[in-house]
Amino acid sequence: MSALLTVDNISKRFRGLVAVDRLSFEVSEGGIFAVIGPNGAGKTTLFNMIAGVFAPDNGAITFASERIDGLSPDQVCRRGIGRTFQIVRPFPALTVEDNVIVGALLHRSHVNDARAHALDVLRRLDLYDKRAQRASALTLPDRKRLEVARALATDPKLLLLDEVMAGLRPTETDRMVAILKELNRETGLTILLIEHVMRAVMALASRILVLHHGAAIAEGEPSAVVRDPAVIHSYLGAEDIA
Amino acid sequence: MIARLTDGVSGRALVLLAMLLAAAIAAPLFAGDYLLTVLILIFYFAYVGQAWNIMMGFAGQLSLGHALYVGLGAYTAAALYVHFGIGPWIGLLVAVPIAALAGAFVGFLAFRFKVSGVYFAILTIAVAEFARVGFDHLSWTAGSSGLFLPVKRNAGNDLWLLRGSPTMFYYVLLTATVLAFLGCRSLLKSRIGYFWLAIREDEQAARAAGIDTFRYKMVAVVISSAMTSFAGVIYAFYYNNLFPEQVFHISRSIEIILAPIVGGIGTLFGPVLGAFILTGLAETLTSTLAAVGIDLPGAKQVFYGICLLLVIMALPDGVWPWLSRRIGIKERGQ
Repeated sequence: MSALLTVDNISKRFRGLVAVDRLSFEVSEGGIFAVIGPNGAGKTTLFNMIAGVFAPDNGAITFASERIDGLSPDQVCRRGIGRTFQIVRPFPALTVEDNVIVGALLHRSHVNDARAHALDVLRRLDLYDKRAQRASALTLPDRKRLEVARALATDPKLLLLDEVMAGLRPTETDRMVAILKELNRETGLTILLIEHVMRAVMALASRILVLHHGAAIAEGEPSAVVRDPAVIHSYLGAEDIA
Repeated sequence: MIARLTDGVSGRALVLLAMLLAAAIAAPLFAGDYLLTVLILIFYFAYVGQAWNIMMGFAGQLSLGHALYVGLGAYTAAALYVHFGIGPWIGLLVAVPIAALAGAFVGFLAFRFKVSGVYFAILTIAVAEFARVGFDHLSWTAGSSGLFLPVKRNAGNDLWLLRGSPTMFYYVLLTATVLAFLGCRSLLKSRIGYFWLAIREDEQAARAAGIDTFRYKMVAVVISSAMTSFAGVIYAFYYNNLFPEQVFHISRSIEIILAPIVGGIGTLFGPVLGAFILTGLAETLTSTLAAVGIDLPGAKQVFYGICLLLVIMALPDGVWPWLSRRIGIKERGQ
């Protein structure tokens, strides 16, 4: 499998603090790639650099053979990267359906085409029955799925998920895991996720990268990574190994 | 065409709209001179409120300087008429682009340099104030002594030169309001309308969904300012005199935004309803006060203040969202 996303030696400093330190990795097409690590490890900073919120100080980010570092968030999205936010930000006064139509309109000029696509996406995300509700009236699990739906409606090749499991109950987590797995299997969508919920990471990821103090301390198959002594020491802790 | 216009509108809403429109068309037959001038004011505010609502209600950009676009439209068309005898409809071809350019200038300054929220509102006030001071010293438009349009008495109604009776102005403004309503409705239902609402709701999330927010905010300002300038042209030819102190004054900008706020920001019917409520009640109040012989300067302003206070406290979304629920008519995007 070829690399869809290549992160090559990128760094980001905020004043004196090094948030991401000469980080390199590749996400292969069709894979589910998880980034884990303790709070403050630089996961969200990494995400924001890929999504175009800010540019890395050094290094390059290549997506589908094109440099994307330094592009704006909307340009990154138009090239095929959809994202969710750690703290969900749906369009509160709009209905669930209209939220997703906004995403679907990115590559469609007619509202009716966009609506048809949005309804397909809502069915996939188990939100079809709630399509007429205002986004502000949804529960947290529903809002999290709405974020995924809106990002998905933009027809991304790569989906960036920033802690979509956080705050979900185990049954909700399993539901989200099942939806994402199905998406990946049926549409070949590549997924890059930041996640703390190891239950979800182990169920989903085909590959894991562990960040600590902005640098990679381990990368590989899930089963190998969770047995890595450095990972256990810095992040998982001995009793957390499933 | 008709099917497209009525698409998604309930039967009850259609009947109501048709009745209102019929009443509005027939009104000059029954209304006396005074009532007609009140109705002209109402449709003037309904129209400019609709235009302002595109920026604030749809795209979420608060402009407190819309008097700028009214003034530019008014002065451009009036000066062309006074100096070269160019009629208002030809004058529009110059006035509208000038106002749109001014809007583009304000928008570019703000959106390019990430001026937003309160600071954006202050910028819009500042540019309108610059225009006020500038026009005070512009001799081509007679500066602070005012620009006067020649008035011919009893010359009949000349729609082409906009010289004539209040009835003619009433129908011009009614037509403009209807067209603005329909135009805003189709904008709101289109791709750009969805993008505006997304920007209004959460600009960062809108960008993450791939929306070029700079571009769509610029489009909103340009459409809004161009539409507003048309009202300025009518204003000039209706009042026949223009003073920078009046036309560009910040109180003019505030008047423009009251109707949509009271009626319901971001709704299509809100600006129209708000204009009826505010102007209708305020004029009733002043005429009642005059009839009983009480002379209270500023009573209208105090009244506006009380109305605004009541609406903000009791119905913060405006009267229309509340009323539309009561009568069972729903408008999208509320």
